[in-house]
Amino acid sequence: MAPALCANCKTERALIKRPKNHAKLCKACFITVFEDEVHHTIISSQLFRLGEKVAIGASGGKDSTVLASVLKTLNERHGYGLELVLLSIDEGIKGYRDDSLETVKRNAVQYDMPLKVVGYDELYGWTMDQVVETIGKKGNCTYCGVFRRQALDRGAKMLGIKHVVTGHNADDVAETVLMNLLRGDLARLSRSTSIVTGDSRSEVKRSKPLKYSYEKEIVLYAHHKRLDYFSTECIYSPEAFRGSARGLIKQLERVRPTAILDIVRSGEDMARLVLGESTSSCACKGQKSAGLAFLEDDIGGCGSQNGRTPGGEMAAMDKQLRENEAHEALEVDIVKAMSENKVGSEKERELPIRSSNGTSRGPARQVLGNCKRCGYMSSQEICQACMLLEGLNKNRAQIQI
Amino acid sequence: MADTSETTTIPITVDFSGGLEMLFDSKRRHSISLPATDGSGKPANIAFLIDHLCRNLMKDPRAELFVLDNHIRPGILVLINDADWELEGEEAYEIQPRDNILFVSTLHGG
Ligand SMILES: [Zn+2]
Repeated sequence: MAPALCANCKTERALIKRPKNHAKLCKACFITVFEDEVHHTIISSQLFRLGEKVAIGASGGKDSTVLASVLKTLNERHGYGLELVLLSIDEGIKGYRDDSLETVKRNAVQYDMPLKVVGYDELYGWTMDQVVETIGKKGNCTYCGVFRRQALDRGAKMLGIKHVVTGHNADDVAETVLMNLLRGDLARLSRSTSIVTGDSRSEVKRSKPLKYSYEKEIVLYAHHKRLDYFSTECIYSPEAFRGSARGLIKQLERVRPTAILDIVRSGEDMARLVLGESTSSCACKGQKSAGLAFLEDDIGGCGSQNGRTPGGEMAAMDKQLRENEAHEALEVDIVKAMSENKVGSEKERELPIRSSNGTSRGPARQVLGNCKRCGYMSSQEICQACMLLEGLNKNRAQIQI
Repeated sequence: MADTSETTTIPITVDFSGGLEMLFDSKRRHSISLPATDGSGKPANIAFLIDHLCRNLMKDPRAELFVLDNHIRPGILVLINDADWELEGEEAYEIQPRDNILFVSTLHGG
């Protein structure tokens, strides 16, 4: 087979086949296009202000490493004037973070960015190892995720930074959309599609500039740019990817690569139906779609990500799916649905859509205030972290969020 | 060629990254000699290589982290001499001497 030529420059050998449009590109053109698209996302959603201080939630993993690399490149190329800082969370899992923190330290040198590491022990008085000692391995991802979410905010606050960017990619968003669809939680589904979470009342704004970037392309970008990143599974969640929504996403991608961005866009469309606001596909108006309950969004789950999709909840959902033996049927249905036309909009409008504040669990009191325990901003009287800590401190394990 | 096909091998390098190293002796690069033909005498292709790796190189019992239903697990990228295997015929690509095949997982932490 003669090697295919790059569709862009038509001179170099094509090495990449883009999942979103099947375009065949050479290495250099791919890297340029990838960066240009992130730049477009940043500009169209007005993500940054000139001179803004921005903390990059850095785990040493592929997503946050690519994010740091791309932001550095774009910041210099397009004169964003950003002051970029790497912010890492140490969950206190012996042996697990050692290598990834070493990676982040190297990244700090490679990208010439200051690095701040915040530990769970100093923030909460508990390392994850101690949490697991107390409650066992079941459900610990929930704790880890809730703690991590606040840890990024608190670390940013410590540094006097009001904007944290995370490496969430299109696959992450698609996965969250699917999970919330399966749970029937359209309110949370719509919030999860927003590129920016938090609103004017929150002290720290969070955003995901790689929201439209395929995980596949992130890995290929890291590979072709020879970026220094670290991969590991969280030792407390060895099952994290088995039979999961993630697995389903990857299978869909195999059958039809555009499925991932189609799910993201479907999520945005549903968000518009739920909230009556647009989160258009280039996120131009996406900022305001976060509801008041944004604190519960996007809770970082297990794995080595900073603030990735809800691992604990996902694992629970997976388990439920397996128990119901419904997994296969769902996959078949979804794959079938993907290959046919989208569900008519008439039907979507007939759905009993819950209010943007309503969630299917817990009290729906969503007035943004401050946690009575720690003073940290919270939509509940007692913030999630303090609730979990209370349970931990009472040596009680059965807290469900 | 017919007489020696059973013993003829192709020298190639196989790389694992993105967490897959764990399944293969925690080593990123392996230089291997791949039988030039499969059991039925057909030239060795990627499908044969994957099977070969599972049988001969994998040190970890969790084969399902690498293959599912006899195919490479979705979410694992395959690069043939740095090119996406989708550009090269995927499983049907016939392996050439000194090829470099990279398996990189997208499934591990970001
Ligand atoms: Zn090109």
